[in-house]
Amino acid sequence: MTNVILVSRRVFLGTVFSAGAFVLCARLHPFQAVGALVADNPQAAWYPGVYLGIEPSGTVIIIAHRSEMGTGIRTALPMVAADELDADWSRVKIEQAIGDPKYGDQNTDGSKSIRDFYEALRDVGATGRLMLEHAAAATWKVAGSECRADHHRVVHLPSGRSLGFGELVAAAARQPVPAPGELRFKKPSEYRYVGTGVPIVDLAAICTGTAVFGYDTRLPGMLYASIERSPVLGGTLKSCDDREARKVKGVKKVVVMEPAKPPYAFQALGGVAVVADSTWAARQGRSKLKVQWEPGANGTYESENYRKSLQETARKPQKVVRNIGDVDAGFTRAVAIHEAEYYAPHLAHAAMEPPAAVANYKNGKVEAWVATQNPQAVQDAVAKALGIATKDVTCHVTLLGGGFGRKSKPDYAVEAAVLSKKVGKPVKVAWSREDDIQFDYYHSVAAMYLKAGTDGSGRPIAWLQRSVFPPIGSTFDASARYGGDNELGQGWVDVPFAIPNMRAENGPAQNHVRIGWLRSVANVYHAFAVQSFVDELAAEASRDRIEYFLDLLGPARIIDFGAEGTKFVNSGKPLDQYPLDTGRLRRVVEVVADRSGWGKGAPAKGRALGFAAHRSFLTYVAAVADLEVDNAGKIRIHRVDVAVDAGLVVHPERVKAQFEGAAVFAASIALMGEITAAGGQIQQSNFHDYPVARMGDAPLETRVHLIPSSERPTGVGEPGVPPVVAAICNAVFAATGKRIRHLPISKNKLA
Amino acid sequence: MITFSLNGKKQSVDLSPDTPLLWVLRDHLHLTGTKFGCGEGLCGACTVHIDGRAERSCITPLSEVQGKKVTTIEGIAENHPVKKAWLADEVSQCGYCQPGQIMSAVALMKEKPHPTDADIDSAMSGNLCRCGTYVRIRRAIHTAATGGKGGKRS
Repeated sequence: MTNVILVSRRVFLGTVFSAGAFVLCARLHPFQAVGALVADNPQAAWYPGVYLGIEPSGTVIIIAHRSEMGTGIRTALPMVAADELDADWSRVKIEQAIGDPKYGDQNTDGSKSIRDFYEALRDVGATGRLMLEHAAAATWKVAGSECRADHHRVVHLPSGRSLGFGELVAAAARQPVPAPGELRFKKPSEYRYVGTGVPIVDLAAICTGTAVFGYDTRLPGMLYASIERSPVLGGTLKSCDDREARKVKGVKKVVVMEPAKPPYAFQALGGVAVVADSTWAARQGRSKLKVQWEPGANGTYESENYRKSLQETARKPQKVVRNIGDVDAGFTRAVAIHEAEYYAPHLAHAAMEPPAAVANYKNGKVEAWVATQNPQAVQDAVAKALGIATKDVTCHVTLLGGGFGRKSKPDYAVEAAVLSKKVGKPVKVAWSREDDIQFDYYHSVAAMYLKAGTDGSGRPIAWLQRSVFPPIGSTFDASARYGGDNELGQGWVDVPFAIPNMRAENGPAQNHVRIGWLRSVANVYHAFAVQSFVDELAAEASRDRIEYFLDLLGPARIIDFGAEGTKFVNSGKPLDQYPLDTGRLRRVVEVVADRSGWGKGAPAKGRALGFAAHRSFLTYVAAVADLEVDNAGKIRIHRVDVAVDAGLVVHPERVKAQFEGAAVFAASIALMGEITAAGGQIQQSNFHDYPVARMGDAPLETRVHLIPSSERPTGVGEPGVPPVVAAICNAVFAATGKRIRHLPISKNKLA
Repeated sequence: MITFSLNGKKQSVDLSPDTPLLWVLRDHLHLTGTKFGCGEGLCGACTVHIDGRAERSCITPLSEVQGKKVTTIEGIAENHPVKKAWLADEVSQCGYCQPGQIMSAVALMKEKPHPTDADIDSAMSGNLCRCGTYVRIRRAIHTAATGGKGGKRS
């Protein structure tokens, strides 16, 4: 339960709400002191998280404090509040929040917006509704129990008279805020929007080209920058001849930017910026720079050698991160041993909108417009780079043309701010596709080694898994070599099988590029390895894959990580509230088997089904891919079925869209995605050499089967990707007999 | 000075003739519905119509549109069946690529009012969507082709 309070508009930015508006906020952090919650104390240190207000005109304004990058969150969270308020959605206006700690966490990643804010939005809506009902009762001098909110009005039930929300604003603001225990929540049957959904609020603007993304921001007098950066991370500028660049019409200035130093975090990388009066002039100017770089230590980075070194590490005993029973003794008792090595390459995010920001430095303050998943990180990083206070950085959040984790790392906003200060004008930094592919925070390359000792029936009695990857932590601590708790908690220490002897290990690896989180993060390579290995063991045992998986999963149970002594971070949520329940995983497996036509036989030569199931971001997902491999080795994915248990689903239409999209994102990873380095430099630069799935590569059909649930809502943006990647690989094996141990599939000869 | 028709109105632009049409539209004429995605004609985010054909504005020099008719997403009628289908089938996720997708779909349907799945694959293969809305793009094109009857929510 959150705590909802009445807010004076003095507390708030006067531009959002007009005088006389009735404004509530839901406080997400625990109470500090009741006295801090008086409505008119603008100094009170609240962390309210969400705001909802009603204008005297009747317009309901809801602040969207999370970033919209395609999940529909700018619609779904406000919709929760509007529904509990019993507002008419057509009279709800959404305002995008700037970056400000008063909104609570704004880092829109980790598939956690609904999970972490559903309750707060519900509470604020229910509070507003009750206060409006009380206001009507006071106006009419009748009992509160006789008044009911009904679609933007409050009705006096015995007499049928009613008042609109707008007419009640002044009286509502005088009502005491009900205690959390007084709130009455709608029954699911009373929902107008939750559980069915409304079209996303930006849909019409998107389809007419008027929606404003980071790339679309324009300020009066703004200049455009294009930055030449060291092709090798940590390289330094040896020489720069900018004479030809300066001759390009429209080029105003060439600015040398200080190189970043490890740990790179969200620093601007540095380089040589060409600043001009248009994007094209800046890019033309940049192409005329004659720049030489000293590559530095990372110039030795060669992907092929690096892969071998990761695999060598994975073959040797490493740091134990989970241990159940006695794995080594289990291996000595095993009837058969099966081993496999898996490898997954770096990936780039490649959102359709490359990173873009506009910043205006003036009188020691910065105002920025950024396509960012994390406006507070923009404030922090810009403040640090310019040596100013965080509160002196204002970050407006535009729509994001995709994010996938890239846009929670605001290095590009820092570039814009640094350059604006240097040239004394607003500056737009809009990365080219080449910039985006070559200077990403890459999804980690990973090597995994798995070993199982099986009994006479082919069931493992001992299981060893070892992973090695340069960790995300290395971006923030240059000495980090081992996987962090988050990465290890993403499908590695939480493998849910009922095997008496299990050990998970993790080995060290040094990064040579910036490593960052990408949609689904470590779950992608962990699930690829584990789910492929189960498929291999089932094949060895000549057993049905799904039946074998369910056998390994064992009876429905809650895994007690505390009792087994395993540190498992569970996406940052307590295990007592969000337990790993193998019964829920079993359920999605059974549903996907039923709905996908599993076990009905191959429809055609070269065509087969593949299966995988994986819990991530607290959500249980099982996937079946139905694909065909032709004589030339070309893959056509006919259909993907996914069964999903994400707890309560607020917006089923957008949740389905997330899983449809995840199937395509997974197709890109499985079929074609690979970033490599030579001489420390990324070898790919645009969609011709870093392909992502096109319409013909994507599943022709994706069917999303949502499990009805009233459990706490969990993540939906990311958990669809990992099992679909593995299901595609397993389907390729079923169709061709070729086991995919090295991603992407394009690296394997199928024909 | 290059003169062309832009969304039905005469437009003159005094810029270097090798400037890509994309940047003329975005930076100089402030029509930002046409998006940058790759700069190499690989992703379709910048798709516009030149004399009715879908073209990539990021690799089209300004000089090429002299005397021609250019249509951008801003010039597609509000009640165009493709736009209506995009709304009805709730195609968009982030929405960044969708203006380009709509421009390609409009051009496709002008040539083939009832496209098959293979026609759609071929006409739309130049338009990337990283959110992965392809299934709905296909559905919306069928919806538009059948006057709103083809779309279904799964």
